[in-house]
Amino acid sequence: MTAGERQKLKAGLSFVSPWLLGFAIFTIYPVVASLYFSFCDYDVLTKPVWVGTLNYQDMISDRVFWQSVGNTIVFNLIALPLGLVSALALALLLNQPIRLRGAFRAIYYLPSLVPAVAGAMVWLWILNGRLGLLNRALFALGVAHPPQWLLDPAWTKPSLALVSLWGCGNTVVIYLAALQGVPRSLLEAAMIDGASAWDRLRHVTLPAISPVIYFNLLIGIIGGLQVFSSAFVMMGGGGPERSVLFYAIYIYQNAFEYRHMGYASAMAWILCLLILALTWLASRASRHLVHYQTD
Amino acid sequence: MPFPPLRSFFVGASLLAILGLGGCGRSDDLTPDGRVIVHYWEKWSGFEADAVQAVIDDFNRSQNRIEVRLLSVNEVDTKLLLATASGHPPDIAGLWSENIPDFSEKGALTPLDGALQETRLGEDHYIPLFWNLCRHRGFTWGLPTTPGCVALFYNKKLFRAAGLDPDRPPKTLEELDEMARRLTLVELVRDGHTVRVSFSDLTPEERASRRYNIVQVGHLPQDAGMFVSAWGCWFGARYFDGDRKILAEDPGNLAAYRWLHDTAETYGVENLRNFVASFGVAQSAQSPFLGGIEAMVVQGPWMTNFIKQYAPGMEWGVAACPAAKGVGGGAPVTVAQTDVVVIPKGARHPREAFEFIRYLQRQDVAEKLARAQQKFTALREVSPGFLNGHPNPAIRLFLELARSPAARYVPRISIWHEYDAEMAVAAEKVLNLRLGPAPALAEVESRVQWRWDRVMRRWDAVGAERLAEWRKHDRW
Repeated sequence: MTAGERQKLKAGLSFVSPWLLGFAIFTIYPVVASLYFSFCDYDVLTKPVWVGTLNYQDMISDRVFWQSVGNTIVFNLIALPLGLVSALALALLLNQPIRLRGAFRAIYYLPSLVPAVAGAMVWLWILNGRLGLLNRALFALGVAHPPQWLLDPAWTKPSLALVSLWGCGNTVVIYLAALQGVPRSLLEAAMIDGASAWDRLRHVTLPAISPVIYFNLLIGIIGGLQVFSSAFVMMGGGGPERSVLFYAIYIYQNAFEYRHMGYASAMAWILCLLILALTWLASRASRHLVHYQTD
Repeated sequence: MPFPPLRSFFVGASLLAILGLGGCGRSDDLTPDGRVIVHYWEKWSGFEADAVQAVIDDFNRSQNRIEVRLLSVNEVDTKLLLATASGHPPDIAGLWSENIPDFSEKGALTPLDGALQETRLGEDHYIPLFWNLCRHRGFTWGLPTTPGCVALFYNKKLFRAAGLDPDRPPKTLEELDEMARRLTLVELVRDGHTVRVSFSDLTPEERASRRYNIVQVGHLPQDAGMFVSAWGCWFGARYFDGDRKILAEDPGNLAAYRWLHDTAETYGVENLRNFVASFGVAQSAQSPFLGGIEAMVVQGPWMTNFIKQYAPGMEWGVAACPAAKGVGGGAPVTVAQTDVVVIPKGARHPREAFEFIRYLQRQDVAEKLARAQQKFTALREVSPGFLNGHPNPAIRLFLELARSPAARYVPRISIWHEYDAEMAVAAEKVLNLRLGPAPALAEVESRVQWRWDRVMRRWDAVGAERLAEWRKHDRW
């Protein structure tokens, strides 16, 4: 490296130094500190006391921990496929040459601009069992006993999955961009060969956008395991019978409500490992389903 | 020309310091005229904050050395803890009495015993229950501001409409249940017509079928004024042995949860759920009691303010909430707590802070604050004019309840917040008829005991050190 290059490197590093400093203080340090605290009995106010792997062992015997794991998995099994398929279906529709296409795209994207808390407050009223729009509509359609979306533990997770669909505009935009990149030549060739619209979707479009579906799946897994705001705003400390006490909410409760910061740190690290494992698993499972143009 | 690296670093670092860390310092210890500034965080807002501000203004005018500045803080307990951990707490904070065991054991508070020795304040000054609520492990951690306890509010108009004497509220738990059934109105289809009748007038078949909509309830145990978990107090429950053993499965709690179970059995889970679906929080326009569709509710003296605000035309009465047979030995039962003022550990001006706390304990000051907030005081003495001129018509009853030998408070245990959450989840399971009272409470006991064992393990390791540290404050 010449003296000039060194000078440029120094200048470059200096320019990014505020960000580096912020990253070190507000990201690297908390991450490293949380790893240390996860091996401590720590309540924020008093000095952490080293307890080895006790917090990790406690998780095994903590039935609320397992309930939060179960809730998170069940919610994701409902919300993730529903979100992926709905967003793809919407993107396919919005990709059609229809009138007012731009307006429709804007309409479907708009909800993802609404802050999560504001959206949750709106849904709180829509899903109200007695006065809510949804149950009023179901009454009008002749459903005598529509579900108590927010009060019946059997319905709370599907309700939140429904709420999560409202903000799928971001995913739709990503799909739309991918759909516009599907080679027209391939679609035309399939049409000439007599392929139906379904065949073209199944054998041309979906393989062509498979990297994007895979990307959305990964983002969905990562986001889904950290689901927090809508459940926290709409149902506080975990909903009826803790039916929507998700993993991230239980971390929050331990850290800030019960002040078991050591235990919460250990839970956060397990979540991190879980996300890594699931991401790895998803990439293994989809290896033969994802096609890149370089393949 | 390349930008000089060192200069760019300093520009960046300074920007970061200004943007990110600028708010951390405190340079507001003294007013321009040399008074010590005491920062006071309080949970109150609205008219309650106005009331304490008036008292603060009086204090600030009464001397020229200290200026108290009030900040109304939402979720003051969580924010105080984080501020204390960061080393920048306020000088005074207004908490709830149930915070004291937790905050004191975690070293977040300054013991006041040394400071109290220099005053005539002590056990004799207060109603014993409220003095006890300020103490934990032999030390005094705060002093009361405005206490509260709960009683049964009832809607006289609904009593009259149901054929009940509006001046005779229930005296026993059995009467409460009987009146609740009479006051509960349901809609159902009879002979092809939709009719509205009292639950008491349903035929056994109609009750068993549960094919009706509740449009008004007599009383709902889940619409509790303080904690659903506190119902055990009216059944004589013990929650904790005061040392190592959690007693969630105590016969009193079991009886209380059986009562919850019976309510769900009587009216039907779905019917109750459909009715409560439109509820908002208890102290809002969406409260079923304030909306005139719940006849009886257990609430504290604060409820009179909400009646004035949201249901000004309501004709209401209030009485002691009846307890199970034999509980209280004839004395009225209530659950009490108090707002307290504490000095957080690390406060910059503890002496000046205590001077203001001491001022708040003066009878005329405490009564001014209580009257403006429509509450009573925690003091033993009551000045002659306090009750006569009080804006809360129910104040005599609440004062009498707080002084009752059968007045109770929730257990003095640092994990009460978790204990209460577990009891609430168990109550939901019982009310949803998913779990019987005994297994639901067994779950609570095993879980809370599991957590308490861990807390005690830590206390065993640090307790002696902590007690020695607290004793140092005897020399204030």
